[in-house]
Amino acid sequence: MAQVSSLTRSRRRSAWLFLTPMLVILAAVAGWPLLRTFIFGFTDANLSDLGSYGFIGFENFYAVYDGETFGLLADPEWWQAVWNTIYFSVISVSLETVLGIIVALVLNQEFKGRALVRAAVLIPWAIPTIVSAKMWNWMLHDQFGIINDLFIALGFIDAPIAWTANPQMAMAAVIMVDVWKTTPFMALLTLAALQMLPSDCYEAAKVDGIHPVKVFFKVTLPLIKPALMVAVIFRALDALRVFDVIYVLTPNNPNTMTMSVYARQILVDFQEVGYGSAASTLLFLVIAFCIMAYIMIGRVRLDEGGH
Amino acid sequence: MDMTFNDIVKKAGFYLLVGVIVLFAVFPFYYAILTAFETGSALFEVNYLPESFSFANYLSVFEGQPFGRNIFNSIFVSVLVVALSLLMGVTASYALARVKFAGRGLLLITILSVSMFPQVAVLSGMFELIRAVGLYNSMFGLAISYMMLTLPFTVWILTAFMRELPRELEEAAVMDGASPWTVITRVFLPVMWPAMVTTGLLAFIMAWNEFLFALTFTLTNEQRTVPVAIALISGASQFEMPWGNIMAASVIVTVPLIVLVLIFQRRIVSGLTAGAVKG
Repeated sequence: MAQVSSLTRSRRRSAWLFLTPMLVILAAVAGWPLLRTFIFGFTDANLSDLGSYGFIGFENFYAVYDGETFGLLADPEWWQAVWNTIYFSVISVSLETVLGIIVALVLNQEFKGRALVRAAVLIPWAIPTIVSAKMWNWMLHDQFGIINDLFIALGFIDAPIAWTANPQMAMAAVIMVDVWKTTPFMALLTLAALQMLPSDCYEAAKVDGIHPVKVFFKVTLPLIKPALMVAVIFRALDALRVFDVIYVLTPNNPNTMTMSVYARQILVDFQEVGYGSAASTLLFLVIAFCIMAYIMIGRVRLDEGGH
Repeated sequence: MDMTFNDIVKKAGFYLLVGVIVLFAVFPFYYAILTAFETGSALFEVNYLPESFSFANYLSVFEGQPFGRNIFNSIFVSVLVVALSLLMGVTASYALARVKFAGRGLLLITILSVSMFPQVAVLSGMFELIRAVGLYNSMFGLAISYMMLTLPFTVWILTAFMRELPRELEEAAVMDGASPWTVITRVFLPVMWPAMVTTGLLAFIMAWNEFLFALTFTLTNEQRTVPVAIALISGASQFEMPWGNIMAASVIVTVPLIVLVLIFQRRIVSGLTAGAVKG
């Protein structure tokens, strides 16, 4: 190993000094609460008296008494929440990706008023999730909503639909609001990737008279795929922990209850901190798995720069 | 210029697509503004174009609940956590981006992972922590929980920006024997301020929009932030929701945000891409 100069040593020392405040705060506001949640998951803690609790092993997760099974893994409501979360994530992220690519391709063209269109596309992203959920809640209102009015006028439906209460429609409504809110994010990230592509291969394809759709699938898509994958995983991580839009748009609806909504309901509304923490822990494990996939697939830059 | 029929159809199709995109993006907010100006029976007729122009909803939203206080709470807690995050983030990101040391990769993975934590995963531990320090139902308690969101995010984005700066920038100063603190304040801060504005703005939006922590760690109307206040506006029954008030409140808190985002749109895009996509 090479001799480390005193300059390098003093740089490293001050680097750790600079990192310390951030690390201390992160340990206190993220590491510690996370650890406590893990621990609570193995207890029978209750919100009304968080100070006294007993350890009950894995009973919050799985237990068998007299041939009957208990715990999260035997709870059909939990599995419904897991399924809802996966269903919501897969459908909404897929739609956002496809629509995001379309919007990005449009914004990548030269046309009059492009800056204005790009600004308009950013608006849904800028609106707080709660506000957008409320706005759509009003538009989807069963009696006075503009969506029912419009759909009846256009002949899509015969009678008003109770979008957010109807078991079949509630999930579709939630997905639509999420797609509306987050497609701009996908579009902007895709647009950034598109703008970094070299223009010469497009000119070659144009000269050869290759159909633009073919050019997209054979040239553009493979080139933007790495950036797209990272954006998709980023969005998927967000979708898996979705809470706000569902809590506001379809409260207490088992058809749209996701893992986050379920865990919070148990924790706060039912005050069962032990059981709720166990659910939180399972959600954390699912997301931790996805983060690892993100770091590997995204080839996140971790050890670059500096000397 | 001669255009064939084919070209005209193509062009028309393209502008139709542009029109659909713009309409879809803008219409819900347009409709919220339109509803916010309506009162009485006009609220319960579906209008596509503005029919009435009354500020009654904008006034009554401040009467039924402490909405002014809620706006103040949101601004206070968001500015506080953004300032603290930037302060710690700029020194931390200097260390992470410009100094090579053992364990740096692991540290960055940890920071990135924390920024992707599901909030529910820390909910019970955070509740216990906030109650233990006696800050339940207080803006300072909320600020503690928001640091978990804004700090790792700020460090991550600033590190991505800081890495892009040329090495020569600090070399001369280091050769002259300047201390790392001097290098940060004299060399990096002057060129980093655009990145700090971007990061600060993104972190501000994050804190401003936060819902789950604010819903769980505050109890009284006076301590609520704007998103929680809007979510909890309710009428005498679920059939008498004051939609005019809700839309007026929504417009009030969204317009400043949209103005900010439109002013800084280029910067925001660069911040988002720096955070999510490798360069």
